[in-house]
Amino acid sequence: MITTKTMTLAANYSDLPVRAGYAVNINDIEIALFKVTNGRVYAIENHSPHPKGGVLTEGLVSGEYVYCPVYDWKISLVDGKVQAPDTGQVKTFQVEVEGDNVYIII
Amino acid sequence: MKKLVMIGNGMAGVRTIEEILKLSPNQFEITIFGQEPHPNYNRIKLSNILQGDASFEEIIINPLDWYKENNIQLFTGESVNKIDTERKFVTTDQGREVEYDDLIIATGSNSFILPIPGADKMGVTGFRDINDCEMMIKSAEEYKKAVVIGGGLLGLEAARGLLNLGMKVDVVHLMPSLMERQLDPIASSLLKAELESQGMRFLMENETVEIIGDERVAGLRFKDGSFARADLVVMAIGIKSNTSVARDSGIYVNRGIVVNDFMETSAPNVYAVGECAEHREIVYGLVAPLYEQGKVLAERICGKEAAPYEGSVTGTQLKIAGVDLYSAGEIFEDGTTKSIMVYNEFEGIYKRVLIRDNRVVGIVLYGDTKDSTRLFRMLSKKEDITGVSIFESQCSAEGGGGDIASMPNDELVCGCNGVTKGAIVEAIKTQGLTTLDQVSHCTNAGRSCGRCKPMVNDILAYTLGDQFDAAAAQKTSICGCTTISREELIAEIKEKGLSSVKEVMNVLEWNNEEGCTKCRPAINYYLGMIHMDEYKDDRDSRLVNEKMHANIQKDGTYSVVPRMYGGVTTAADLKKIAEVAEKYEVPLVKLTGGQRIGLFGVKKEDLPSMWKELDMPSGYAYGKTLRTVKTCVGAQFCRYGTQDSMSLGIELEKKFERLDTPHKVKMGVSACPRNCSEAGIKDIGFVGIDGGWEIYIAGNGGVDLRAGDLLATVKTEAEVMEMTGAYLQYYRENANYLERTSKWVERVGLEHVKEVLANEETRKALNERMDQTLKKYIEPWNEAIESESIKDKYYAVHTVKAGE
Ligand SMILES: Cc1cc2nc3c(=O)[nH]c(=O)nc-3n(C[C@H](O)[C@H](O)[C@H](O)COP(=O)(O)OP(=O)(O)OC[C@H]3O[C@@H](n4cnc5c(N)ncnc54)[C@H](O)[C@@H]3O)c2cc1C
Ligand code: HEM
Ligand code: SF4
Ligand code: FES
Repeated sequence: MITTKTMTLAANYSDLPVRAGYAVNINDIEIALFKVTNGRVYAIENHSPHPKGGVLTEGLVSGEYVYCPVYDWKISLVDGKVQAPDTGQVKTFQVEVEGDNVYIII
Repeated sequence: MKKLVMIGNGMAGVRTIEEILKLSPNQFEITIFGQEPHPNYNRIKLSNILQGDASFEEIIINPLDWYKENNIQLFTGESVNKIDTERKFVTTDQGREVEYDDLIIATGSNSFILPIPGADKMGVTGFRDINDCEMMIKSAEEYKKAVVIGGGLLGLEAARGLLNLGMKVDVVHLMPSLMERQLDPIASSLLKAELESQGMRFLMENETVEIIGDERVAGLRFKDGSFARADLVVMAIGIKSNTSVARDSGIYVNRGIVVNDFMETSAPNVYAVGECAEHREIVYGLVAPLYEQGKVLAERICGKEAAPYEGSVTGTQLKIAGVDLYSAGEIFEDGTTKSIMVYNEFEGIYKRVLIRDNRVVGIVLYGDTKDSTRLFRMLSKKEDITGVSIFESQCSAEGGGGDIASMPNDELVCGCNGVTKGAIVEAIKTQGLTTLDQVSHCTNAGRSCGRCKPMVNDILAYTLGDQFDAAAAQKTSICGCTTISREELIAEIKEKGLSSVKEVMNVLEWNNEEGCTKCRPAINYYLGMIHMDEYKDDRDSRLVNEKMHANIQKDGTYSVVPRMYGGVTTAADLKKIAEVAEKYEVPLVKLTGGQRIGLFGVKKEDLPSMWKELDMPSGYAYGKTLRTVKTCVGAQFCRYGTQDSMSLGIELEKKFERLDTPHKVKMGVSACPRNCSEAGIKDIGFVGIDGGWEIYIAGNGGVDLRAGDLLATVKTEAEVMEMTGAYLQYYRENANYLERTSKWVERVGLEHVKEVLANEETRKALNERMDQTLKKYIEPWNEAIESESIKDKYYAVHTVKAGE
């Protein structure tokens, strides 16, 4: 089966704040971009997997993790997995950085 | 989501819920009813409370925050008295009706009270909950003589506690030897001799037939006609499953609520777990089997393939200082058993293992129980013991380490929670654990009776080898990212002159490079406290509310609460608020609990422009800082007022607003003792009297309701400001981050705080540091309005420009 993937421009790299979230809306999906301390950029769905969870952009960022701002779940930016003792997973998106352009592959 | 309701908020039930949340955090909307007015606490440790080595706080297993974090609706002090199994809902004693898809009954048991005349007199109690404990502690203050009926586990632990409380204690026992269901006569007599030497008196082979006295108990009468005097009678002859709700609702009940191997009762979608449940004709009264039941039930309810619960073998020990005792399985020889015995009368050591068909079937250990886990494994796994030495050679030269090395991985270390050595070692290795606290947290080992803690600590030492730091393992660290405590952190910051959150984590070798939500806000606070006006706040180390300078609401919107100093406003300001609320279509305008107006449901991107149009300072309704100063109308208008409470309140709020404190701080100012501002339940409360002010501290109107204590009475407003500054600064410098003033003062003691603040020099120095700190603050809303970079980083919604 062939699946088509689209590269969508999401942000300018230089606009992304370090260790903070950046919200963009692409095709009606709320996506949170995080530029972490080592400069890498991750994209995950901007919605905590907690049943009453909200946005993730405002969470505290530590290394390659973000903490859900309301329920304090620790979530990996790399694979979207919620860390023990909690469980769950957030959708992740592949990111390409070319020059100052940050693309998300959907 | 499916609705899960649980009746009973005790040890077995809540553990089941923990297991369910682990398996499937999002599957259920959970409601719990608990008759007792407390969150789930460790009932086992009631003995320790009575014996004076634990406080109620310390034995809480799941604090209220845990329920909140897991979205569990908890009703304490409310009991369910009817289940409609047809229409699937429960009814409570307060008339509440709640529907369920699945229902767990976890009502535990009650003390068995002898049905004899006089059993309802004052001063007669069981030993089951914190209420019973408090009653005993109170009796001990007033009365001298206690009688405990029942020489089993509970009775002896109660008796030991009452001795510690200074009472004379008699233990009445029906049988000729103590704990006859767990001990053989030799062990039993050793135990009796030890307890007698501790001051207990035993009245063996006595049957109580009546309790005598007027309103309050005065004594007991026995079957043989003799008497014993008593001011307090504790009945500890056994427990009785609490089955009334189930029985009244038509669910099949025998001694307990009858369940099958999946904890299902006779009614569809209704389960029972814990001491209220009867499984294969057995009702268990120790936590280990109940936790096993909980695990099976959790899997069942979550729809996972569950292995059936097939019953448990249990081991018993007694939690009394100076008594080391363990028993499991069968006690008495019959024709088919053989014993292996060690009896060292001189050192008071006695061990006996019963063997049938080459297998261990019973264990009694007295005076030395270090073989208990190994023997219990052999018993529960039915290991063939041919050629195995039952008692390890007496003089194994190496200490703890050697024993641990030879311990097989599947050996049970924590009996209560069913945690093996292998599970502990793996958790330590894969999760980088270094303290006992962390191990307990990750594996549950040590979270119940606590007897396994020394062994868990040995395993930690053995697994970490050279990296093990004995002192560090025992203390409570700030969080899982480090082993250092608050005191050490503060000392290190001062000594090494550390000046940023990052530097602290680097230099002090945090095992998690960028910290977590516990340590980063705490370090940020401590740095600001120590370096006063020199420290640059690390905004990204603050949690969402403080970072955004607005409270995040449950739907991701924010609230805006402007300052209204002392709760005093003007028509012009009200108009402005009204206009902004209209313009931005604010869904809710409400007076907050802190005498000001809150605008709720605001979109993030509207925050800066709303602040700008309001042109008022932030009320910090979101911060670990001074929230509000509530005031009464006072002498300006009220006929009772003796002082100008509004002016003082405004002065206080203007001086201390924005100050970072370990936790939120609230103040109240009233102009007379009628106290309309409720200053008695504030962190600091001021009450006007003729010719001066009373200053109350450590009040709290929240979850831990507490009335304030009088700190001082002063004459002038200048003295009020001086005392308040000194007190607040002392709190800032000494409390743990996230410790409210009420908790802090209880910990360090009111007298201590009074003593420190009595010294004028000390107060002066504290106030100087306070004033230096206060210099650094700037208005955060205004700062955001004026700074493009702040607006962009925190409040903007982004659009994308195709790449240049
Ligand atoms: C002093 C003492 C020492 C102990 N020592 C040990 C020990 O060393 N080792 C060990 O393994 N075990 C020990 N135990 C036993 C252990 O505490 C119990 O086995 C365990 O608490 C049982 O858990 P449970 O959830 O079944 O019942 P509980 O913990 O009793 O919980 C039941 C809860 O349900 C509530 N409830 C009842 N009816 C209703 C209703 N209709 N509506 C709402 N709520 C209701 C009750 O108020 C209670 O809070 C000890 C017990 C005591 C009292
Ligand atoms: C997410 C959690 C919470 C939110 C969003 C919240 C929000 C608020 C707000 C906006 C106010 C008005 C404050 C003001 O005007 O400054 C307030 C007041 C109050 N809150 Fe909370 N609160 C929370 C948790 C708590 C907790 C845990 C407690 C108890 C420990 C508590 C106890 C109070 C009390 C007693 C008041 C009244 C204050 C007074 O009259 O002085 N709140 N809360
Ligand atoms: S506290 Fe006293 S002075 Fe203040 S409003 Fe109430 S009655 Fe009046
Ligand atoms: S054995 Fe009871 S807590 Fe571990």
